Amino acid sequence: MTWPCNAGSIAAVRQSGGGAIAGAPKTCGLTVVRDEWRQAAEHMAVHGGRLLSLWASRDDNGDDVVRAAYIALPGVLVLSLPLTNVDYPGIEQWFPAANRMQRAVAELSGLRATDSDARPWLRHAAWPGGFHPLIHINTPPSPAVPAIDDYAFVPVAGDGVHEIPVGPVHAGIIEPGHFRFSVVGEKVLRLEERLGYVHKGIERRFGELPMLGGHRLAARVSGDSAVAFSWAYCQALEGMAAANLPPRVAWLRALALELERLANHLGDLGAIGNDAGFAFGLAQFSRLKEQLLRASERALGQRYLMDFVVPGGTRADLSSAGALTLFEATESIAAEVDALRTIYDEHAGLRDRFVGAGVVTPALAARLGLTGLAGRASGQAFDLRCDLPCDPYGNLAPTKAVRAEGDVAARVAVRFDEVAESTRLMQRILSQLPAGLHQAAIFHSPRRCLGRRNDRGMARTGISCAGSRRRRRHPSMSSARSVVAQLAGDRARHHRQHRTGFPAHQ
Amino acid sequence: MWKTLRQIGRIGIVTEPPPTSDDTLRIAGALQSRILDVLGRALCIRAVDAGSCNGCELEIHALNNPLYNIESLGIRFVASPRHADLLLITGPVAKNMEVALRRTYDAAPDPKLVVAIGDCGCTGGIFGESYASCGRVSNVIPVDVAVPGCPPSPHQILSGILTAISKANLRPLALRER
Repeated sequence: MTWPCNAGSIAAVRQSGGGAIAGAPKTCGLTVVRDEWRQAAEHMAVHGGRLLSLWASRDDNGDDVVRAAYIALPGVLVLSLPLTNVDYPGIEQWFPAANRMQRAVAELSGLRATDSDARPWLRHAAWPGGFHPLIHINTPPSPAVPAIDDYAFVPVAGDGVHEIPVGPVHAGIIEPGHFRFSVVGEKVLRLEERLGYVHKGIERRFGELPMLGGHRLAARVSGDSAVAFSWAYCQALEGMAAANLPPRVAWLRALALELERLANHLGDLGAIGNDAGFAFGLAQFSRLKEQLLRASERALGQRYLMDFVVPGGTRADLSSAGALTLFEATESIAAEVDALRTIYDEHAGLRDRFVGAGVVTPALAARLGLTGLAGRASGQAFDLRCDLPCDPYGNLAPTKAVRAEGDVAARVAVRFDEVAESTRLMQRILSQLPAGLHQAAIFHSPRRCLGRRNDRGMARTGISCAGSRRRRRHPSMSSARSVVAQLAGDRARHHRQHRTGFPAHQ
Repeated sequence: MWKTLRQIGRIGIVTEPPPTSDDTLRIAGALQSRILDVLGRALCIRAVDAGSCNGCELEIHALNNPLYNIESLGIRFVASPRHADLLLITGPVAKNMEVALRRTYDAAPDPKLVVAIGDCGCTGGIFGESYASCGRVSNVIPVDVAVPGCPPSPHQILSGILTAISKANLRPLALRER
């Protein structure tokens, strides 16, 4: 088979035997053999395709299939590689972000990539190595005394080299993770991350929940991105059921998504200021964030929109009084953020700590597959709201915020730009919100929808259904690696400052 | 600098006084003296994420914002369990965090209080118990007070902390059930 010369040419993939995936717009599926799997990865890497996710599942016949989803604009390509034994060709040499996905596949499904790092990733010591949660039904008994594992960190040797272990319980109010610094004096020679501490079996849990209840679990994949994940899940479900939703649904969901984005940016802008020694920033931005959350509670009944997006629509409707509350809140916050931006921009101490700190060059960002705002601050001009717009983003035409410098200052600037853009979008949504129902009735007869359970669907923002397996991907899966790259060669005492701008959530 | 000072002056102090009419929050008024009675100093909290989705963390963070201003009540988040009087635990306890949570508990000096935050901390929530999750916090360490909610609001978290302290005041700490 010859690969289409343009990675994004969905039409060409169709010609070579690929087909549309039911319920997943602009997504094309293709079954390949081993050689093609690697050729495709190389081709994607050369032509600017990006790895969205890699996962494995066992189909109803008991055959194992490993799948990779690539973003190859203007669409998404899903490759399926049916396996006859337990290994498959790895693609880490082209997509470093595949490393952790392949290691997760090895543990969850028992399928090993040929180039894979053999060290465990999600499995620390809580369950035996032979147990693969997505394959085996019976859970082995837990040891009475939890075992302590001994992870093989890459050793750094030499005169004066020592290691500083940090975590998993950290000094702040933050998620767990372990960081192993190898340092000489103040110079960081190497930083290795060990994550997976909060692995709590979400993939398997999805399979145990009814399809129409999965959005609640999706919302709790990451609490600060509840709307994004639950919308993605519902989008996949609604796509499979070929549901026709009232236009108001998409607009309400977009409102919630922008609200969530705005709240996260306000929180992080404050936290970045605080990490750079400017407590004033934290006080001011956390005050604005609280204002926004209270407006959200008055308008939509929730501070954080955990179960706001439900299959077929949204949990609550927005009254005109609620719309006015949100409009006024965004107006006042936008004006205040403008004033604070001037203060951040003119503060010599902050500029000193932001400019040139924690640089991820655009070339490195491209190689690591950096996504989200960290990517956009390093010249990776990707924003699914613009690149693969779903309703109502086609109408809203959001502007991408992109910087090329790749330092903390660039990430702060992207956040400020996105705050302005999100408030603009929210105001536009609030003034143009279509009338009508906020829920569609189709999901009231779940039998009819569930009849198509085995169809494969892909949601654009990162949750896919393959059989009954759902795979989630968070931007931090690739951006966390860039923290390592940033720190190599930096100085230990600047650790906090160099991390600033990266916490996906604070 | 002038703009920063002007902003500070313009916003002023936004901290809200703890309400007095609510029974639960009534404790807030007498909080500082009660903390001093029980612990002889300000209350120090060590927050541990034992496997949460970070929703609860966001609301715990909010306690530090100028509106709730938890430090003005004599409550402080500290960096080490060895400095802590109270552990604030979020999440179902991921199996991968079980050892770390037990060690954190053991590292906190006696007498200590434990408050489990959120639906997951109270019951295991939607994650339940599985090969990778121990479920609720009390399956792993003794819990004094559990605050439901997904996520609970800062007011609810605060009132859980206050309940733990008042409970501790009612019974001699040494006799608390383990």
